[in-house]
Amino acid sequence: MRNTFASTLTKGAQTDQRIVLLSGDIGNKLFDSFKEQCPGRFFNCGVAEANMTSIAAGMALCGLRPVTYTIASFVTVRCLEQIRIDVCYHNLPVIIVGVGAGLSYAELGATHHSCEDIAMMRVLPNMTVVCPGDAVEVRLALAAAFKNDGPLYIRLGKNGEPIIYQNDPDFQIGKGIIVREGGQEVCLISTGNILPVVIESANILATYGIDAQVVSMHTVKPLDEGLLGRLFSKFKIVATVEEHSLIGGLGGSVAEWLSGQRSIKAELLRFGVKDEFIHGAGKQKTARQSLGIDAESVAKEILKKKQGYSYKNAEAT
Amino acid sequence: MQISELEVLARKIRGRIVEMSHNAQAAHLGSALSCVDILVALYWNTMAIDPLKPYEPQRDRFILSKGHAAMALFATLAARGFFPENLLDTFGEFGSCLEEHPSPGCAPGVEAAAGSLGHGVGLGIGMALAGRLQKIPYRVFITISDGECNEGSTWEAAMFASAHHLENMCVIVDFNKWQATGRSCEVMALEPLAEKWRSFGWSAYEVNGHDMKELTSCLKNFPDHKGKPMAIIAHTVKGKGVSFMEDDNNWHYRIPTEKEVLLARKELGLL
Repeated sequence: MRNTFASTLTKGAQTDQRIVLLSGDIGNKLFDSFKEQCPGRFFNCGVAEANMTSIAAGMALCGLRPVTYTIASFVTVRCLEQIRIDVCYHNLPVIIVGVGAGLSYAELGATHHSCEDIAMMRVLPNMTVVCPGDAVEVRLALAAAFKNDGPLYIRLGKNGEPIIYQNDPDFQIGKGIIVREGGQEVCLISTGNILPVVIESANILATYGIDAQVVSMHTVKPLDEGLLGRLFSKFKIVATVEEHSLIGGLGGSVAEWLSGQRSIKAELLRFGVKDEFIHGAGKQKTARQSLGIDAESVAKEILKKKQGYSYKNAEAT
Repeated sequence: MQISELEVLARKIRGRIVEMSHNAQAAHLGSALSCVDILVALYWNTMAIDPLKPYEPQRDRFILSKGHAAMALFATLAARGFFPENLLDTFGEFGSCLEEHPSPGCAPGVEAAAGSLGHGVGLGIGMALAGRLQKIPYRVFITISDGECNEGSTWEAAMFASAHHLENMCVIVDFNKWQATGRSCEVMALEPLAEKWRSFGWSAYEVNGHDMKELTSCLKNFPDHKGKPMAIIAHTVKGKGVSFMEDDNNWHYRIPTEKEVLLARKELGLL
């Protein structure tokens, strides 16, 4: 996702002179092409995220379109007040890009985990929150973000994630994408870098005869309520899956929406990170397994909920 | 404009601020009064601005980073002709565009919202860099408080501005020696303040922030073409202009009574 972000940004900035890039002392070599193609428009703001965010807002007040970039936990929470006041209160077209969504940097420890960023960004007025599921979504999300007139957060994974889409999907901010059509029983809604895991879960469920639908809900705010309405009317079980806290992320958003709905019978299951710091996480893969957000764990939980499939059957996977 | 004329303007603006504080029952009177001379020197004798064209891309920018002194900014902008004086009568009322801290685009001439401290210098850098990139030679002036120098973000910004040789930005510190609940040099080790800015790579000057002649001549010297951003440490008195408010930090929060408004206006030569 990271390299696609850099190349898409460079391409966009070549046609739009207003685009400037502010980095928090990260991205060594990553932006060489940007620096070469867009001279004078790259700013290494140092390890000073608060100032970087204020600078971006000041630039946007004068007609530029700044992009701020560093590790997800630092570009959001470290400078939360600058985002809230300088960017969101002024409703400015600043694109905030965080790399290392969720447990992408599991092995670096909890300082570098980013499992609260969606919640923190989502609560801010005027903010749009986009969590692409693969490099294709990254490219399309950034292109859409350039045309967006308010604050927007893009949550990137790292590099080398599997590509999900063979052809470009119809990507619109605020509209979920049906990645895989399913029957009437189970729908898995993913946001962000966990999308490949969710597709793998659907593959496992298929071996049990369950034809699960998969939706990429890349935009957590504004939430695609129209799509949610249709999904909750059609399916018996709707599960949200995210590499983020169960508080305030996709699952939290859907639960908030659901609490205002009448006569919906579908059951909501939420997969995500518990309300605790993660110690000894190891790599992203082992961290996901220990938290129950790997493909097998998600499939097992869903099988347990389904009538006719015993836990033992699920264990057989 | 002549120095004596600027002094008359400053007295009128101080009188208006005292009234506004009373009418809206709004705090931060001492902080507003300390920066009036700075604002008058900027808006009448320094900045390239046209109140009739407040959004002109070429204009010099001003950010009141110490947003709690909003009364001083609003009264100055009204006196300078950015909006009608009677808009000040709505200050702090339900539905008014003039709140106790400036909100985004609340009135012509207000370049940025403020209220939480330590944001203005970074915002100003963004504006200064934008001007450089767009090849528009405007200047950016930012007034901050001494208390605001507590904020780490102020110093993040200070280091960045000098690294980028932002000669087109000027920070004026309203050094009134008080913050909300104590002496600003005791709460944090603020002094030597000018030396701090110099050591961060800025040109720094110290002036009497109530001496219009000193203020205007120092501002005329900006940019000083040393390849550095400029800091002006303006030594001021909190509550300046009203004897019973001067250097009394109770007036950070106290609201003047009707009688005190009259007394203040009399002292200011307005009655």
